[in-house]
Amino acid sequence: MKYLTEFRDGELASKLAREIRQIVTRPWNIMEVCGGQTHSIIRNGIDQLLPEGVQMIHGPGCPVCVTPLEVIDRALAIAAQPGVIFCSFGDMLRVPGSAKDLFRVKSEGGDVRIVYSPLDAVNLAIKNPDKEVVFFGVGFETTAPANAMALHIARRQSLHNFSMLISHVLVPPAIEAIMESDENKVQAFLAAGHVCSVMGYWQYPPIAEKYRVPIVVTGFEPLDIMEGLRRVLLQLERGESRVDNAYERVVTHDGNREAQRLLAEVFDVCDRAWRGIGVIPQSGWRLSEAYREFDAEHRFAVSDIHAVESPLCHSGEVLRGALKPNECPAFGKECTPRHPLGATMVSSEGACAAYYNYGRFLSVEELVHA
Amino acid sequence: MGRVNFGGIVKDVCLAYVPEIAVGDYTIVHVGFALSKIDEESAQKTLETFREMGLLDEEFGEPEAVETVKETT
Repeated sequence: MKYLTEFRDGELASKLAREIRQIVTRPWNIMEVCGGQTHSIIRNGIDQLLPEGVQMIHGPGCPVCVTPLEVIDRALAIAAQPGVIFCSFGDMLRVPGSAKDLFRVKSEGGDVRIVYSPLDAVNLAIKNPDKEVVFFGVGFETTAPANAMALHIARRQSLHNFSMLISHVLVPPAIEAIMESDENKVQAFLAAGHVCSVMGYWQYPPIAEKYRVPIVVTGFEPLDIMEGLRRVLLQLERGESRVDNAYERVVTHDGNREAQRLLAEVFDVCDRAWRGIGVIPQSGWRLSEAYREFDAEHRFAVSDIHAVESPLCHSGEVLRGALKPNECPAFGKECTPRHPLGATMVSSEGACAAYYNYGRFLSVEELVHA
Repeated sequence: MGRVNFGGIVKDVCLAYVPEIAVGDYTIVHVGFALSKIDEESAQKTLETFREMGLLDEEFGEPEAVETVKETT
């Protein structure tokens, strides 16, 4: 596909790898924030092309992974109710809640449906006026414009049988929380390109300045990631801490103003709990006053559901970048994509799933013969 | 709404957030919504920069060894 395949060119990748090797004189720890980038890095072996000592630390940018257990439990409680059509992106269905997952609810008779877009859920509400249609609205700034538009349409059409269970999270406060943490090892960030396609990158200069940390807006194809790394390493070696854009074909400084306008109308910034990390102040969106009637949490009175995490799963440390997936004692043993202990092993953006799917539980010898 | 061709698969996509988009343009789509129009000029420029990278080294420098893969754990 145009503008994808060109950015996967092997020859250009070796040129970039050579450039990177010429730049680096010291060890550095760089975090890619987005789970989509984690998958691209592991799938393409980009971490293995880097000079000795340059470490990729995988960030918390996997929406499914950071959705708190109690929100999953609330989703399960709503989905099990008669008369409800519960709609979600596919990733969410296998994420284990305290006792079961959405697939189990479906097998027990719950009407759980996988949709491609929140607009599909709005259409279901229009076609099923006698049912309550609930959409599981999780995600970062990338997914929020779609959810905002679905809510905007539902409100305009006075759809009283549509609501959303919301657990929206924001990238910049998470970056700040990582930099504030005592266990932090991150010295530079690849910012998530698609989040920035919506929000732009005007939010980042104060963070780069405050923590003296380079931030480079980066895309998702192998060459995009290597260029992001090249630019971030140049800054690190020179002792600079600026915001740079290595994904210029998609991201502008201002971002998508149309989307930002609707986001500001539909959502208010709020404190938000992140699975494995805890509450980060002002790090999420909830429905604004004008849209409060579409809040499934209140409509189904599930706010009182609370949950306790399993001690077997180390996904919190993985999400904070404190542990590599294959350093977890349960990785590939008790925990596999078929039998996940935590969301990081389920999601197509989860770091544990990336390590498992691309064979990072095998030794180099086993990989060669695989 | 508009129709977007994903390498052969055509889907209906909401174009409300990219009012400037025209037939034949490239776009980034997420969960049924076009979020950004791809700036083709910028894409070509980036690829050109990659192609020119290290040209001087290749002509005058030492020949480089092939990629050495670091040991995985």
